[in-house]
Amino acid sequence: MKMLNIALPKGRLGEKVYEQFATAGFECPSIKENNRKLIFENEECGVRYFWVKPSDVAIYVERGAADIGVCGKDILLEYSPDVYELYDLDIGKCRMAVAAKKDFADDQSRTLKVATKFTNIAKNYYASIGRDIDIIHLNGSIEIAPILGLSDVIVDIVETGTTLKENNLEVVETIVPISARLIANKASFKFKNELVERIIHSMENGND
Amino acid sequence: MILNDSLLKNEEKAIFALRELYAAYGYSQYKMSKFEEYDLYVRNKDFLISDSVITFTDTNGKLMALKPDVTLSILKNCKDKSGQVQKVYYNENVYRVSGATHSFKEIMQVGLECIGDIDDYALYEVLLLAAKSLASISVSSVLDISHLGIIEALFDALGIDDGERTQMLKCIGEKSVHSLTAICEKCSVSKEDTELLKSLITLYGKPSDIVPKLFSLLDGKIDSAPLIQFSNILSALENTEIYNMLRIDFSVIHDIGYYNGIVFKGFIEGIPEGVLAGGQYDKLLYKMGRKSGAIGFAVYLDLLERINSSEKQSDVDILLIYKDNTPLSSLAKAVKDLSANGKSVMAQKGIPEKIKYAELMKLDESGVSKI
Repeated sequence: MKMLNIALPKGRLGEKVYEQFATAGFECPSIKENNRKLIFENEECGVRYFWVKPSDVAIYVERGAADIGVCGKDILLEYSPDVYELYDLDIGKCRMAVAAKKDFADDQSRTLKVATKFTNIAKNYYASIGRDIDIIHLNGSIEIAPILGLSDVIVDIVETGTTLKENNLEVVETIVPISARLIANKASFKFKNELVERIIHSMENGND
Repeated sequence: MILNDSLLKNEEKAIFALRELYAAYGYSQYKMSKFEEYDLYVRNKDFLISDSVITFTDTNGKLMALKPDVTLSILKNCKDKSGQVQKVYYNENVYRVSGATHSFKEIMQVGLECIGDIDDYALYEVLLLAAKSLASISVSSVLDISHLGIIEALFDALGIDDGERTQMLKCIGEKSVHSLTAICEKCSVSKEDTELLKSLITLYGKPSDIVPKLFSLLDGKIDSAPLIQFSNILSALENTEIYNMLRIDFSVIHDIGYYNGIVFKGFIEGIPEGVLAGGQYDKLLYKMGRKSGAIGFAVYLDLLERINSSEKQSDVDILLIYKDNTPLSSLAKAVKDLSANGKSVMAQKGIPEKIKYAELMKLDESGVSKI
């Protein structure tokens, strides 16, 4: 029997997604055991789950180590992996936004300094509005960049806006809404089509 | 010369099988130089899979490129002859940035091109050969086929403009129903029309199942010419042994600036990405100011090393250890005897590092014995 390999993002979102898969008939009770194992298998249902870093899910799926996986639209936009984006799970909702200090006024005559972890999304967005920018790639604590004068604005994921508020920043513009997506490897979609289609259908029915 | 099949790698076996296949249908081999003037690629940059090209200056000062693509070179050298189709195949290395690694790679490619007066038979034959190419490599393979003419006819019928087309094609390519729905809402496409567009994404399966559905969905709503052509070619393939490998899948999207008609992509179980890609690209020729049409495909042989890549059990069957004073004649005889039944024998004075052997033997005064 063919096994379906599913990459789940470690953390709360992944756990929530697992529940959806389990309701759809792809249970794997051992996943709930509290241990440090990363791979869980249920041969009866023909599934194998593994926990990976959320930003790595798309890589596992694109390279075929996982047949399907769940990852944020932000990752898909940033890395453009060659995968099918089959379903919007409508959870893990947030938005990709431009934020700046509360008193910020954009001087259109100057190059805009943008600090972000999502350089491709930021570049594409500013290219689409024809604004000249200087990209500063950071790996974390993006919020302090405008405060220290490292950048004029930041491009980052905003969920509730609390972190921004606490750092005296506010959203200037929403670039795109983000939510979790079910993605599939293109070859797996052909060779494990029945299993993949079954998952999508049960997700659709569950969310109706 | 008799070849030992087990010594050949997957890609080497494929080259032999494919050349034989293409030659059987009257295709002649096209051999070309590794270099081409860079100018050819600049003029048709978007046609290339990756726009990075390795360039160098030739002795006469001309800017040259290591070929990133074969099709353009073949087109350049084929003349338009009305009523004729030139059929060529090639087996060449190309140099381009490979998607996942973001660095230049040498990619071995086998493919064929039909250039000239392309009729339905040419389309049928190229699809047949594409499917047969996959079948000769692996028993478990699938050829996804789409017809860009049908998608464009639907876009025309629904009055969708160029900007929206690009966005919608991207969604169709990603099989992303939710993103397509969002775009349709934004562009105020009616609910009924949205459903039609969505069906292009969700329809997937064998031609015998999908073609009737296509007709019931689209007949009378769009220009019927591409739909009829698609159906005719697929039903001609019905009597071939490769029919079971065919799937209709509109997510096969090639650049509509260059490709029109039928496009396709081949997958082999065990390889996470497409190993074959091709289609009809009359628009490229039109842009080059040519009268001909063309269709072709390429098989990416470098990907084949990933199938059945079970670890080698051993480097040699027998490792034979001899001594400094072993007479040359008895060593030569021992190696000859041991290798007589087809086993591989490596003669060494000591056991080399990192060598895996199935059997270890020694040769001394008393003859050959196992250790």
